Parts: sequence; structure tokens; C-alpha cells
Amino acid sequence: MEPLQSAAARTNSSLGLSWLPEMPAWSAELKTLADADDVAAWAKLVGLANSRMDFIRTIRLDRARQTRLGDEPPAGLAAIPVRLAVLGSSTLTHLLPAIRVAALRRGIWFTTYEADFGQYLQELADPCSNLHRFRPNTVLFAFDAAHLMRNADPAMNAAEADAALQATLAHLTECWHLARDVFRCPVIQQAALSIFPPLLGNNEHRLPGSPARMTAVLNTALRDASEREGVDLLALDARVATDGLAAWYDPTLWHRAKQEVSPAAAPLYGDLVARMIAARQGRSYKCLVLDLDNTLWGGVIGDDGLEGIVLGQGSALGEAFVALQSYAKSLSRRGVILAVCSKNDEANALLPFDQHPEMVLKRGDISCIAANWDDKAANIRAIAKQLNIGLDALVFVDDNPFERNLVRRELPMVAVPEVPADPALIPMCLADAGYFESLAVTDEDRERTSQYQANLARAKLEGSATDLPSYLRSLEMRLLWRRFDRVGLQRIVQLINKSNQFNLTTRRYTEEDALAVMDDPLAFGLQLRLLDRFGDNGVIAIVIGRQSADGDVLIDTWLMSCRVLGRQVEEATLSLAVAEAGKLGARRLIGEYIPTAKNGMVKDHYNKLGFTFLAETPTGSSRHGLDIGAFAAPEFFMEIAEG
Amino acid sequence: MDEPQIYSSLDEVFRELFDDDNINLTPETTAEDVDGWDSFNHLNIIVAVEMKFGVRFETAEIEHLANIGDMVRLIVAKSG
Repeated sequence: MEPLQSAAARTNSSLGLSWLPEMPAWSAELKTLADADDVAAWAKLVGLANSRMDFIRTIRLDRARQTRLGDEPPAGLAAIPVRLAVLGSSTLTHLLPAIRVAALRRGIWFTTYEADFGQYLQELADPCSNLHRFRPNTVLFAFDAAHLMRNADPAMNAAEADAALQATLAHLTECWHLARDVFRCPVIQQAALSIFPPLLGNNEHRLPGSPARMTAVLNTALRDASEREGVDLLALDARVATDGLAAWYDPTLWHRAKQEVSPAAAPLYGDLVARMIAARQGRSYKCLVLDLDNTLWGGVIGDDGLEGIVLGQGSALGEAFVALQSYAKSLSRRGVILAVCSKNDEANALLPFDQHPEMVLKRGDISCIAANWDDKAANIRAIAKQLNIGLDALVFVDDNPFERNLVRRELPMVAVPEVPADPALIPMCLADAGYFESLAVTDEDRERTSQYQANLARAKLEGSATDLPSYLRSLEMRLLWRRFDRVGLQRIVQLINKSNQFNLTTRRYTEEDALAVMDDPLAFGLQLRLLDRFGDNGVIAIVIGRQSADGDVLIDTWLMSCRVLGRQVEEATLSLAVAEAGKLGARRLIGEYIPTAKNGMVKDHYNKLGFTFLAETPTGSSRHGLDIGAFAAPEFFMEIAEG
Repeated sequence: MDEPQIYSSLDEVFRELFDDDNINLTPETTAEDVDGWDSFNHLNIIVAVEMKFGVRFETAEIEHLANIGDMVRLIVAKSG
């Protein structure tokens, strides 16, 4: 039978572990365990655990492991066996198989212990308890929200509510200390599920004793406390924010069986726990291996060429690829290694990295590039060897199901997520899978994050600079200009059609119109890109000029992104427009302002730039002239270059 | 979905959950008749059936399920 999906899982696939591939013969494979020796049985179990599953399959797989291998891990496992004690105040039994199966998914043997219902404190304190006999090497505190909020009372004032929260925190901290003092092991604290219906509504925070408000405040306080105490957090509250409360919590099951986490969410719950414990053991994935064509951009670079691939602003699909690249880049900035594995001529594969203006990932972001016509499994082996990391540290992302299945078959230790066909959904899929789960960021990770600080630094500089010119000089701006070209066409047309505020004439252009400008010997179209010491702002301004019969050049279109206001880009742009008009032999540049409901901010644009008023129509449109021969470039604080 | 189809789908759920390919549910089947159908697995059955048929049982309805026949009648009523 097909794996079950809850209503919530149909819209939010993370609950069904949707990044794992389906295994069509899952049940048949399960039945072959009996005939395999211990080593082969373990490999089969790990394989079964790495396919998509609902909570029923989770239970079956756990039962099959127990039947086949018993209570002891098979000899020769690389990962340290984990003895996990789960201490809580309500029913947790149904979550344990999912935790064990999620560990199996990572090749780790888990033995679990569940304290008697609500007896956690006694068991911690009593050296003769079953908990002490179990000797855990990891302790998970999984208290239900009702237990944590048992002292909440809507009648409390702010001071009383705060005291109640402090008491709860003190109790939790005491539990952590007890566990660590006795067992000398890592402690995990589950954040409270926000199960309480609000009493006020939007402004719930104004009712100090509201359980909903106190749950939120407790979860924030748990972050601070976990830092102070060196405890790791199981952030169920963050999952609820993503998946919705209904995906995790069913009040019917709570009333019936005191199950706070629904069995339907158990597979994901187990995975969240296991990925943290695996991260503690240094068993998280370290490297993201990316395909290129139709993975990092739309289309095939070898066929479609630099101008034909879909990437960047101007199309929804192009933006989705940019967002995926940005996510990969962000991962690399916090320490994940990036590699490329693509069937391509290397020269073609590198072309976008070196020349496409919308590529977020640059060559310097990629630690290892394998672009050739060998099969991908061979290339992934080569990447692991070159980076000197294990194959089991690699995650391979490819849009092509054939390549994914080939790599899964040849290299089962490589994680190959079943990524959605829509690139817009891939970043969340990778995040949901938790491949790169990390409990801390090391100094080594941080060294790769210098660019991450760029925006912060820019804002800080602005705050500290004493006057505008010195700030602008310190930005080390470079304005790169280019005639319209096919590579930039999408972004050009998009900017022309969406800019409303800084837009002198609000004339809209289709791609064909923009192409016509490129072909017209009496016209020029300029695209301007602004870089500064903190990074690339992308294409931020467009100017289109056209010579009329009388020899004057009319500025048909002048628009700019409001992001770069106040940097004297306008002055610099004017000097470029004057130069282009001069090349056409014009003596005069004519500026036009057509008022709309949104472009009042540029009403005095030409006046400010030294143009002379010529005429105004009854509807408020105005024309302004600039004598090119007498033009003296104003002062601006940037380097201008073609490029 | 008609009753025979529901019984056949329910058989699938029960066979998977109890790893027993010989389960054949009838309207009279109760927890007594299926090895391993304890209170823990009773909840698993409820949740699995809700997911399988895209229905939701109310708190009171779950209380009053006496046998598989009751469950099938509820599924028919809810899945229209």
C-alpha cells in the first residue's frame, strides 16, 4: 500500500519525509531480512529507513529490526551506539520507534528508555531507578505544554506571571543539572508546543497569565537558558510555525491518550531528534553537490548559451533559481562545502559562473567542480576524494530522476533527496531534510562568512560617517555600464515594467521593444550596475535615448531602483547619457517628465541636474534641455567603467 | 467508495500494522479477534484510518466504536 498521508502532510510534505525516495518493493524488501546475515540485514534496514515512510511503516521497520537483530547492535558499526532516555509528563511511547528508525537512517544504533508516566523527577533522583540502571548517554526532556504551563493563570498580573515562568525555568534547569551530574551526557530540551487557544487574540501578549503568551515567552527563555547551560534545543515550536499546529497536535488524541505529538508526526519527530544526536557525533553531512543545467539555472548552457538560460530577475522561474543559489551560498557561508557535478563541457559549465551577471554563486564559492561526460557516481567519488571527506558526508541535488537513481544505486551512502520539480521549493526541502544540522558554528565555519557581514557593515558605516561625501567615498562605489544586451534583457524589461517611483516617463517596453533599441543606430539603451565594497547591487538603472530629426537626443526613459537613492547615481548616469548623446553628434539633450500618481519624487529631477525648463503641457508634462557643449560633469563619488 | 472497497482498504491497513497477511476483517471483527490490537495500536488504527480515507473521527465517535462494522459505517457516512 502507498504510504499514508495526513491532510496536513498533503499540503506540507515534510511530515511524510518527502525528501526520501519511494521504495516500490518496500514490504517485499522487509521480508528478505530473515535470510540475510547480520551485516547484510543492517544494510537492508538502513536502506529501508532511507525511503519515504508513514508512521505505520516506521512501527513495522522498528519491529523488524528488533526481530532480526534483537537488543544488541551488530558488530563493527562505525557510529557510537546511543542510549537515549526520554523523560516526559505524558505519552511518548509512540514516538520511540520513530526515533530508533531515524537513527537507523543515519546508521546509528539507538536503545531507548521511557521513564514511567510523570515519574521523571523521582527516577532522576533515585540511584536505584530503572533510569539509572539504563545508563543513558543522551537525555531528552520532552514535557508537554500542559505540564509546563500548569501554573499559568489568566488572572495573574505581570509580576506573578513572570515569577511563574521563572519557577518553571528553574525546575527545568534543575532537571538538566540532575541529568548531567548523574549521567555526564548531553541533554536535549524540547520546546513547548503552542497548543493553547488565545484568550485575547492578536494582542495576546497583553495578558500576562495567558497560557498561549507564557508558552511563547518560555520558548524564548529556553533559548537563552540552553545557551547558558549548554543544553540543545528540540525546536518543535519552529516546526509548528512551519507545518501548522494541526500537523503536530490533535486535541482528540490528547484527551483520549495524552499523546501531545500525533502519531502522524512521529516520523518527523524522530528525525528531528536523531539528526541532532547524529550532529553531536559529527555525523551530519558536510558538502552539497549540485548539478547545473535545470538545477542551478533553467535550460542547458551547452544548447541555450549564456543568453538563453533562465536565471535572474525578469521571470518567476529565473528568480527561483536565484533563490536556490542564494540558499546554497548562505549554507556555504556557515561552513557547508559546495561542489558541482554536471554533465557538460567544462568550458560551458564555467561560463555562467564567470560571465552571467545574475549568478549568485561564483567560482570562488565552489570548492570542487566536476564537469565532464563521465557518469555522476564516478564524479561524486572523485569529488569526495579531492575534498578528502567521506562519501557519507555528501548530499547530491539533481533535477534529473535518472541521475538521482543512478547515484542512489551506486553510492547508497550519499544522500540524494527527492527534490521537488519546482526549484522554488528546493531550499525548504533541503532544510526540512536536516542534512546539515549543526549544534554550533565553529570559528572555522565563521571564517567563510566574511561577506555575510556586508550589509551590517554598510549600515554601521552609514551610522558612523560624519558627512555624506566621506560616506559615499568610503563605499568605494563602481558604476558599471553596458549597452543593452541579450543576457541582460529579462532584467532590463522587468525593471522598465515594474519601476514606478523613480521613473521619469513610465513608458513600458516589451522584450521586442528593447531589442529594437539595440538595433536602432540612432538610439542607445544603457543598463547600469552598482557595486560597492559590500557587494553587488545588481542592475539598478536604465536609460534609453533616441535622436530626433532635429538632431537633439531625447531621453525617452530614465528610471532607477530606489534602493540606490542618495548615492549620486543620478549625476553619474547623466554624464554617461551626455557621452552617448555626444557620440551621436547631438548638441542638446532633452529630458522629459510625465507625471503619474507615483512618480512625484522625480518632478524636479532635471532641474536639479542643471537642465533648463523648456515647456509644459496642460497635463503637467514638461521638457527640459541641456547644452552638451557647456556640460560640466558634477562631482560624484564613484568610478565609472564599461563592463 | 463502497463497503467492499472499504473492507479491502482496511485489510491493507491492518495487515501492514500487524504484519499479518491473513487478516480478513468482517463487520463483526473486534479487538479480541486480532493479535496485537491493544489500546496502543487502537490509536494507531484510528489515526491510520483517518489518513487513509481522509476522514476525521470525533471524540464521541471513537468512544462508541464496538467493531469493524461500526467503523466502516462511519467511514461511509463521512466520505460521502
